Amino acid sequence: MSIPVRKYDAVIVGAGGAGLRAAIQLSEAGLKTAVLSKVFPTRSHTVAAQGGVSASLGNSEEDHWHWHMYDTVKGSDWLGDQDAIEFMCRKAPEVVVELEHFGMPFDRTDEGKIYQRPFGGHMSNFGEKPVRRACAAADRTGHAMLHALYQRNVRAQTQFFVEWMALDLIRDEEGQVLGVIALEMETGEVVAFHAKATIFATGGAGRIFYSSTNAFINTGDGLGMAARAGIPLEDMEFWQFHPTGVAGAGVLITEGVRGEGGILRNDKGERFMERYAPNAKDLASRDVVSRAMVTEINEGRGCGPNKDFVTLDITHLPPETIMKRLPGIREISIQFAGIDPIKAPIPVVPTCHYQMGGIPTNYKGQVVLEDGATVAGFYAAGECACASVHGANRLGTNSLLDLLVFGKSSGDTVIEDLASMPKAHKELPAGFADRTLARLGRLESQKDGADVHETRLAMQRTMQNHCGVFRFKDKLEEGVRKILDIEKQAAQTQIKDKSKVWNTARVEALEFDNLIEVAKATMICAEARKESRGAHVRDDAPDTPEFPNGRDDKEWLKHSLWYRDGNKLSYKPVTLKPLSVETIALKTRSY
Amino acid sequence: MDHDDLNRLQWRCTRRALLELDLILGKFLAEEFPALDEDDKRVFAELADMEDHDLWPLVNGTEACDDARQGRIVAMLRKSGVRQPL
Ligand SMILES: Cc1cc2nc3c(=O)[nH]c(=O)nc-3n(C[C@H](O)[C@H](O)[C@H](O)COP(=O)(O)OP(=O)(O)OC[C@H]3O[C@@H](n4cnc5c(N)ncnc54)[C@H](O)[C@@H]3O)c2cc1C
Repeated sequence: MSIPVRKYDAVIVGAGGAGLRAAIQLSEAGLKTAVLSKVFPTRSHTVAAQGGVSASLGNSEEDHWHWHMYDTVKGSDWLGDQDAIEFMCRKAPEVVVELEHFGMPFDRTDEGKIYQRPFGGHMSNFGEKPVRRACAAADRTGHAMLHALYQRNVRAQTQFFVEWMALDLIRDEEGQVLGVIALEMETGEVVAFHAKATIFATGGAGRIFYSSTNAFINTGDGLGMAARAGIPLEDMEFWQFHPTGVAGAGVLITEGVRGEGGILRNDKGERFMERYAPNAKDLASRDVVSRAMVTEINEGRGCGPNKDFVTLDITHLPPETIMKRLPGIREISIQFAGIDPIKAPIPVVPTCHYQMGGIPTNYKGQVVLEDGATVAGFYAAGECACASVHGANRLGTNSLLDLLVFGKSSGDTVIEDLASMPKAHKELPAGFADRTLARLGRLESQKDGADVHETRLAMQRTMQNHCGVFRFKDKLEEGVRKILDIEKQAAQTQIKDKSKVWNTARVEALEFDNLIEVAKATMICAEARKESRGAHVRDDAPDTPEFPNGRDDKEWLKHSLWYRDGNKLSYKPVTLKPLSVETIALKTRSY
Repeated sequence: MDHDDLNRLQWRCTRRALLELDLILGKFLAEEFPALDEDDKRVFAELADMEDHDLWPLVNGTEACDDARQGRIVAMLRKSGVRQPL
């Protein structure tokens, strides 16, 4: 069966920060560029980012990209690639100032410079003391950023395909990527976007977990498509958890609540953080607080009928402070926990927040295979990509920076690569749409199959219970068995609505095809990595004099690569050599 | 509203930029929307078309809604609590 084909120089999948930044490069260079998005561009999840974007502008005090680089390498627990990290931190001032020129309404100092504030993990002089490096636009940084980038794209005449879902990569026998196959929701039509270059900027996959701060759109489509096309996923065991998501709903309660005096308590009402971090207590770093919370729950001191959460108590704060200093928190607690925090403590659990792993790329945005060879025609940027700048743990505000730097660099690389390519499009291989059409056909004709919603829920619960903040050997092994079982059901999902136009049941089933790939990759990589590093913490790899923090550099200073075919695992070395400076030598990560 | 309008609305309610709105709009659509009259349904669809950072302050009550037609639906949204991911 043949499907309609549209030809572009470049196709970008994703219109969040990374996709829009890449699109500006391409459209302004005069390339015929299509941007596909499941939602209107300014509905992308980048809008949710509040905290800010980091750059060593030095507007408020002395700062240097080299210090930023040091913090990022340390934050990554030395799993980040130092060439990519140097590249990102050096470029930061340039891309942030550029964004200002695109119209981003940054907060300003009295002298009219971009105002900067401190943020966890960002320090001056190689880890000495906190530095003001985060640039923000009130508490709407992501929103303002996306609007500035979108307007610039409108000016550059980027062509948007809104409410289109990319389904699969087109890859020929030589491994070259020649575009994507996509579904227009409004018509149900399946179309090929034939392109000389394809950039993925599809965001994260936080919805693999039951409890997630991520919006529903984060279903890891880019990762699923790459995996189905035979491309490995890198470092998928590393997920950052935020300590205070509202139990159940997952909505984020900002760190500011503990900053204002909020206290975490167990079922006895005990302020348990005093035992885990006698100095910093409730303000200890995210991973320390999250693990303490899980330990309390695992040891039977959780709250509620199922003893499965702890509480964040602000009942001792004057109501005026809550209303004035913590706007929105009372409303969130009432709407998502059913309690008024002036009168009762808020139920919270560590909640999945950010995906460090993804599609393996270099700092130019090119997708790279295990042997270092690039995949011709294929690029990725943003949360779906693993450059790897975040390694085993991301620093706050470095993600928005990642979008700007690698969005731009992937665009620049496409322009360069296309200059040396033949003018004509390489021919599409015979039967290029067969596998996608077979997948759609299977969904249409499936009988006695599994319900999408229930199967997704089973996956999310399994991920949450077996592969959460704190990981245990037995639970991981059992988790692998369970997730492979769920995969069998995922291959037999069934939908009732068979209509062509606006069939959201079909779209959700197709999203689930991607989630399950990410869930498998995560569970299998986590079970295999027998050390603790950054966000991956195992009970059987504790802090010892031989292995501080449980990290084992001799065995495990390497990136994981998971292949969908046979769930094969492989590893590749971490790039310890930066571009121009000395290697930041291995050290124990402590703050 | 027919199948297509309803499904389009469902997509736009549950693929938001903010999780808060995915949860609240999704639940409202499933539980309360069917009982609304056609006018109110249209008003809800209008609200769902707003940018997340314009709609969320109305729904969480940190900003007042000065449109009387929208105000009634916004009041319903404010009351609707969500405990679980849908
Ligand atoms: C609550 C919250 C707060 C945060 N705060 C900060 C912060 O303060 N600072 C910071 O640095 N980071 C923060 N982060 C992280 C940061 O916001 C994200 O990592 C980043 O915005 C991801 O951007 P992106 O461009 O990669 O993807 P997104 O913005 O998620 O965009 C993905 C795009 O891909 C499209 N898409 C996906 N799949 C398909 C498909 N199959 N077909 C077509 N289109 C598709 C979507 O429609 C969308 O346009 C926060 C995250 C959360 C959840």
